[in-house]
Amino acid sequence: MTAVSGHDIANGQESLAAVSQPTRPVRAERPDRPERPARPAGRTAGGPAGRRAPAAAPTAPIGPGLAGVPLALEPLNRKDFTSDQEVRWCPGCGDYAVLAAFQGFMPELGIRKENTVIISGIGCSSRFPYYVDSFGMHSIHGRAPAIATGVATAREDAAVFVITGDGDALSIGGNHLIHVLRRNVNLTILLFNNRIYGLTKGQYSPTSEIGKVTKSTPMGSLDNPFNPVSLALGAEATFVARTIDSDRKHLTEVLKAAAAHRGTSFVEIYQNCPIFNDDAFASVKEAETKAEAIIPLQHGEPIRFGVDGAKGVVRNPVSGAFEIVDVDAVGADQLVVHDAHAADPSFAFGLSRLTDSGVLHRAPIGIFRDVEAPAYDDLAREQVKLASAQGSDDDALQALVAGRDTWTVVG
Amino acid sequence: MRQVHTLDRVVIRFAGDSGDGMQLTGDRFTADSATFGNDISTLPNFPAEIRAPQGTIPGVSSFQLHFANFDIMTPGDRPDVLVAMNPAALKANIADLPRGGLLIADTADFTKRNLAKVGYDANPLEDGSLADYQLHALDLTGMTVEAVKEFGLTRKDASRAKNMFALGLLSWLYGRPTEGTIKFLTSKFASKPQIRDANITAFKTGYAFGETTEVFAVTYEVPPAPMPPGTYRQISGNLALAYGLITGARKADLPLFLGAYPITPASDVLHELSKHKRFGVTTFQAEDEIAGVGAALGASFAGHLGATVTSGPGVALKAETIGLAVMTELPLVVCDIQRAGPSTGMPTKTEQADLLQVMYGRNGEAPAPVLAAQSPADCFDIAIEAIRIAVKYRTPVFVLSDGYVANGAEPWQVPDVAAIESIDPGFATASNAVDAQGKEIFLPYLRDPETLARPWAVPGTAGLQHRIGGIEKAKDTGAVSYDPGNHDEMVRTRQAKIDGIARDIPHVVVDDPDAAEGIGASVLVLGWGSTYGPITAAVRRVRKTGRRIAQAHLRHLNPSPANLGEVLRRYDRVIVPEMNLGQLATMLRAKYLVDVHSYSRVRGLPISLSELAADLEAEIDSIEGVLA
Repeated sequence: MTAVSGHDIANGQESLAAVSQPTRPVRAERPDRPERPARPAGRTAGGPAGRRAPAAAPTAPIGPGLAGVPLALEPLNRKDFTSDQEVRWCPGCGDYAVLAAFQGFMPELGIRKENTVIISGIGCSSRFPYYVDSFGMHSIHGRAPAIATGVATAREDAAVFVITGDGDALSIGGNHLIHVLRRNVNLTILLFNNRIYGLTKGQYSPTSEIGKVTKSTPMGSLDNPFNPVSLALGAEATFVARTIDSDRKHLTEVLKAAAAHRGTSFVEIYQNCPIFNDDAFASVKEAETKAEAIIPLQHGEPIRFGVDGAKGVVRNPVSGAFEIVDVDAVGADQLVVHDAHAADPSFAFGLSRLTDSGVLHRAPIGIFRDVEAPAYDDLAREQVKLASAQGSDDDALQALVAGRDTWTVVG
Repeated sequence: MRQVHTLDRVVIRFAGDSGDGMQLTGDRFTADSATFGNDISTLPNFPAEIRAPQGTIPGVSSFQLHFANFDIMTPGDRPDVLVAMNPAALKANIADLPRGGLLIADTADFTKRNLAKVGYDANPLEDGSLADYQLHALDLTGMTVEAVKEFGLTRKDASRAKNMFALGLLSWLYGRPTEGTIKFLTSKFASKPQIRDANITAFKTGYAFGETTEVFAVTYEVPPAPMPPGTYRQISGNLALAYGLITGARKADLPLFLGAYPITPASDVLHELSKHKRFGVTTFQAEDEIAGVGAALGASFAGHLGATVTSGPGVALKAETIGLAVMTELPLVVCDIQRAGPSTGMPTKTEQADLLQVMYGRNGEAPAPVLAAQSPADCFDIAIEAIRIAVKYRTPVFVLSDGYVANGAEPWQVPDVAAIESIDPGFATASNAVDAQGKEIFLPYLRDPETLARPWAVPGTAGLQHRIGGIEKAKDTGAVSYDPGNHDEMVRTRQAKIDGIARDIPHVVVDDPDAAEGIGASVLVLGWGSTYGPITAAVRRVRKTGRRIAQAHLRHLNPSPANLGEVLRRYDRVIVPEMNLGQLATMLRAKYLVDVHSYSRVRGLPISLSELAADLEAEIDSIEGVLA
């Protein structure tokens, strides 16, 4: 069997416009950062052509999301993040591209690989941790966010990633997903959305369009799908983005921004399943349709798309909803300027509603929301730290166990 | 001059409406009795509804307390004294009061309407139907309101102190010390001086009422029980469990991570642990039972000691994650505070019917150690033992408690925590093998030859990156494997690891006093968990009749102690009392091919010691012949 490498799939495709890199205050580097020896000279990346490791060992985390995670002692490359396991996805699967992008950008984060923890659920994409040389757990269906919450809360020095799919995150694990988002635990969720159940061989998923004909729905599916981005924003997630498996550059930049964010970062990745739902995202991938299909979101920029930027997004003054218009008809100055840092999630939610819920012809792509909010795990550790200041030695424990009402029996 | 009768034991039951403060009254009487030096055993009994309809039978809340001048084992089957605060409390409890028993009733609530509510046509306090009891019908509410009127409370608020009036009266009647309760009320209502003063005044007035009135011709004293020298406190099972988890994690030098979802009767452990973050305790109130155990397992993967507390319905939800813990071989402590089932069952009533669930309630061959606490104080030791096994063998461990043990209280000799043996987490810190090229590698499933435990390598340890998960593991490497022979070997190895813990636990000890002289008993009564109290008390009673009976109790249910089979075969008859339909009996029959007899009671209440004693006597007589 010849597997098509993710790199091949990603190749030759034009990237979306650069992802807006929000400028947010970066937390001060932790003072207990370990000393780093001098970088060995002449070390180069072993990855594909054009990709190289950072020129020097990292000196600071790329963003507050990784504050507390020790930096690598020397520059790492994609090979460092590649395990000895043979990758076993179907030929042409979009998962290859995401894995390749992930292994490619991890060295750029500058953190130690032994401080990287990847937790997945069940499904094709959840095999992901086996292929990355970090700490990982391929757990059970839908529960990865819960398990990852335990890891992230226990370990300030771990960079935690959750790998999940549309069935894993939105059906069986829907409850855990919304709760990790509302808690804002410091971890990054990669939701591989292929709008189908692959591992169980082709049943419709909670993101499949109504009327989907599958083995379990021969007369067409009946239930309205979730829009994962809307769902995340409804839970007031602090970082929400959408990207596409085949756009390596955009995927990489979104994932980097997600890792840099402190709190829960939610990234929906449109991922093609060539076996059971091929071309579900063709409109946003094909050269001839993508200009009309992708509504690119860049912070601070008017939201404009289409051939020659002929289309744009305005707000309906009556309903308050966002609408697509011909720019010429309204004038460019009427277009909505994207604000990823808007405190109220309604703005981003409104944008997310521009996504087709049926067969996909159009979708906003990019970072919908990126705001600062306290992270659950930071607060939980803070409480323990605060309480520990009251004294926690053996005498304190003895006093606790003895309680306040004791009596003595004399021999 | 009033007579003082000396008694060796008394059982009091306080009963009232669920808003009447009966649990608090019982708690205070217990604390004062414990401080006085009596042995104590308690049985709180309350409705699941927070405020059941007032004045109705389902709304009755009671607290039974047994105190004595000797080592007692149970809260007592039947009370000697019943305090009934309203008609519903009387109706629900009077059948348990033996003829001649002391009955104190608050007349204030015996109105026509309240009587009708519970089906009394006439007032039982007045119609002579209670003539067989020592009835004291007193207007406790009226006297309370009168006593506290200087504090300017509404009648409703003033009458709420009636439980303290009753407590004061009973404290006088049984010569209890009063300082503890006064100190308690002072601190509990520190921010509400009016309420504080009203309660203290009601308590003192109740005490004084007993002293000055001619109603009670006799007072009683129950001298302190002889106990080994030391410092004692009163402790409930859930509190002891929380302290045990803190102490055990501390002894293993691991931060404790509790992931839990509120559930009766386990929530108090979550509450308690949440108060003690200073000892490196993180508590996570999860979105559901599954997330509670999931986060705990994640924390264990990250190098903390993961634990979760729940009851039977929660264990059902957690089953898949516990299977993952079996597969990933990570330490995890799962506490099941059992309650009456199935399904929602009777959340505030006790039962022991989750044994087979924790033993077998997972898909595939998923063995896990199971321990059971035999008394409230034993929860402390069992929690530490569970942590020791979980850490040493890298396995989820079940702790079984139940509503009876969890909410019941007993005196406890405070342990010296510094003297408790430490537990070595034994984290992996370096590679443990070399590959064919001579390169150092880490094999996450390379086992300790003795314990069969795998290495515990936590994130942040350079060079030990590895992936684990629910898919079958290849031996040593932990890589995904569908190899038939490997699966067979791994299934057997996981079982052998758990079975091997039998080498590391004490033998079961049989109490058979005359066995050494060659005249041992022919009947062995074997129990587990909270039946320890009733069984021990019943055994004493049987022996007082001159009959011989042997007793043994299991704290380790899986694996069972190495000598258990031999013990079972030594007796003509083995009787296993359980608050289920014979779950341990089923396990023993299957494993040891011994014809054990199940003694089964599933009433949501502890097994009755007098009934058990009578039944054991009949069993003995059927084998040995009736004593001449």
